[in-house]
Amino acid sequence: MNDAASALPRTIDDTLALLARADYVAERSLATAVFLSLRMGRPLFLEGEAGVGKTEIAKVLAATLGRRLVRLQCYEGLDVASAVYEWNYSRQMIEIRLAEAEGVKSREGLTEDIFSERFLIRRPLLQALEGDLAGPPVLLIDELDRTDEPFEAYLLEVLSDFQVTIPEIGTIRAEAPPIVVITSNRTREIHDAVKRRCLYHWVDYPNAERELEILRRKAPGAADQLSREVVAFVQRLRSMDLFKLPGVAETIDWTRALTELDRLALDPQVIHDTLGVLLKYQDDIARVQGSEAARILSEVKAEVAAQ
Amino acid sequence: MSGKLAENVMHFARVLRGAGLPVGPDKVIDALRALQVAGIERRDDFYWTLASVFLDKREQFELYDQAFHIFWRDPRMLERVMALFLPKVQGRVDEDQVPPARLAEALMPPPKPPGEHDEETPQEVELDAAFTVSDREVLQQADFETMTNEELAQAKRLIAELRLPIPLVRTRRLARDPHGIRVDMRASLRASLRSGADLIALERRSQTRRHPPLVVLCDISGSMSRYSRMFLHFLHAITNDRDRVYTFVFGTRLTNITRHLRHRDVDVALAHVADAVADWSGGTRIGTSLREFNLRWSRRVLGQNAVVLMITDGLDRDLGRDLGEEMERLHKSCRRLIWLNPLLRYEGFEPRPAGVRAMLPHVDAFLPAHNVASLVDLARALSGPARRAPARHGAPDGALETARGFA
Repeated sequence: MNDAASALPRTIDDTLALLARADYVAERSLATAVFLSLRMGRPLFLEGEAGVGKTEIAKVLAATLGRRLVRLQCYEGLDVASAVYEWNYSRQMIEIRLAEAEGVKSREGLTEDIFSERFLIRRPLLQALEGDLAGPPVLLIDELDRTDEPFEAYLLEVLSDFQVTIPEIGTIRAEAPPIVVITSNRTREIHDAVKRRCLYHWVDYPNAERELEILRRKAPGAADQLSREVVAFVQRLRSMDLFKLPGVAETIDWTRALTELDRLALDPQVIHDTLGVLLKYQDDIARVQGSEAARILSEVKAEVAAQ
Repeated sequence: MSGKLAENVMHFARVLRGAGLPVGPDKVIDALRALQVAGIERRDDFYWTLASVFLDKREQFELYDQAFHIFWRDPRMLERVMALFLPKVQGRVDEDQVPPARLAEALMPPPKPPGEHDEETPQEVELDAAFTVSDREVLQQADFETMTNEELAQAKRLIAELRLPIPLVRTRRLARDPHGIRVDMRASLRASLRSGADLIALERRSQTRRHPPLVVLCDISGSMSRYSRMFLHFLHAITNDRDRVYTFVFGTRLTNITRHLRHRDVDVALAHVADAVADWSGGTRIGTSLREFNLRWSRRVLGQNAVVLMITDGLDRDLGRDLGEEMERLHKSCRRLIWLNPLLRYEGFEPRPAGVRAMLPHVDAFLPAHNVASLVDLARALSGPARRAPARHGAPDGALETARGFA
């Protein structure tokens, strides 16, 4: 593991190379935001449509920098007990029973005893504040838009000071701040106060060239002709007025699916059979399937042949 | 960092702020720190460094992009902007080279125009004491369409007092409650250690409740013009009453006016709205507008179980084309869909127009809204059950047919 560990990148080009090492093909703009976030110790706030690789960034950073990845998946009603810490009640109860059986301990002593770190269950935010031999961990706060405002407010305290206050124990502070990546699918607006503390980046769909490069790395088994056609097809779909545009994740899935089916190029029948891998809404599928798909395919074939 | 660059970054920040981006002094300091880290050797790095610090929404990007290129590259552009504000026209300015008005204003703020107001701004309303109960009753029943300006002014004040008691919904968050059904172990243990009793008395918690978000889609086309002005007052009242209200108006296209309505003063808020909306009192294309809502906004504002209030007379220029599908999608993505229709006031109203017939199967409640009393009635409708099983037509067949292709 230590071989993989490396120091923080020194330039934006280094950052690009670092991400590329884990097969993450990033735009230079994204690399800039990542670089700044690493150097300035500020959280990185990534917004974008589903399936453009927001979560992946955190995983890749953890892997290439050799850090531990701490992931906090957000959901509605996420509270301190599941995000930060919780007391181990059953152990506390046993401890109280034992103390009573021995019949010696004073009440104060007992209180101090059962609300000590021994009985503390650490949840992701607290784990992320703990030091690590390899360096501060990567904290991924995934889909922050799924939580509600009270949790956001709590997060403010953690993000600005990297400390957590537990009434029974005191304040726990990170020796070195973790690398924080926050993602949002924008199902609601995140409060400005959170964004203010972060570096913001909108992750867009990649252009054709970059998407092809991603496919070469993520679906190396696919035929070259197939990859080119898939990319051209998906790029065309993204210019349509669909309810949910296919993300990079869908492109990769589709290519892998077509490779599993031993296809070397697209044809109308296989598009018809596998369109559900690419489009996830019935309306969208109904719109594209059939003559529309055939039209796009003929354009795609012409475009790929011209390359 | 050289003084000149720091100064320029500061000026750039001020331009952005003037153009409406929330760029505070703290951001300027951040930007300078970021530039020290990232270096300024490459123009695109410089561009993205400032972007990552100054921006926090995707919508801001376009404005930033234009401001950046005007500010940092082309000093001639700046002159051109300034030329726009010179009293005399100095030659023709290239159409496509003219920067957006908002940016132009930010680069060179024009003198504030003397306070102009809505033609209907009340001259100074009478004291409330003069406003007897019987007056109120008459006013409550009067149709907005037949009111005089003075009556309208009074109605506006009635509306401003309206509150919308949408029933609270249970959240997944817990709070202390002696009658709750969940045991709060932490509080129980602490309490028992404090009291020192042998038995541990259980403390309890239960789920908290809060308002669901409210999304309003209001028709402002010609046939609705008299009503929509009143509704805007109504919307302003409820927007400022509670959080998580999102307001859209539509005629031929959809405009999000949530931010404009946030202004406390109703006249200022409505003046902002008037500036923002381009299709006042024109035609209606309900289907197109709904489609835009479903595509661009539904996932952003309907996420947390929202109640949707749709205010329209259902008279659609496109004769209900695509309207049914879009209504169905909207209905399926929200908690409750309520349609307010001012035409319902007529006794013999029949859902004959194509638009109305397309929309009707997909609403949970269909209510009149033509006077203050009907808006008060709204409150009762909103306290109804979460969802009445509506009659659904057509859709499952089509879905099945295409799904078979995958089998």
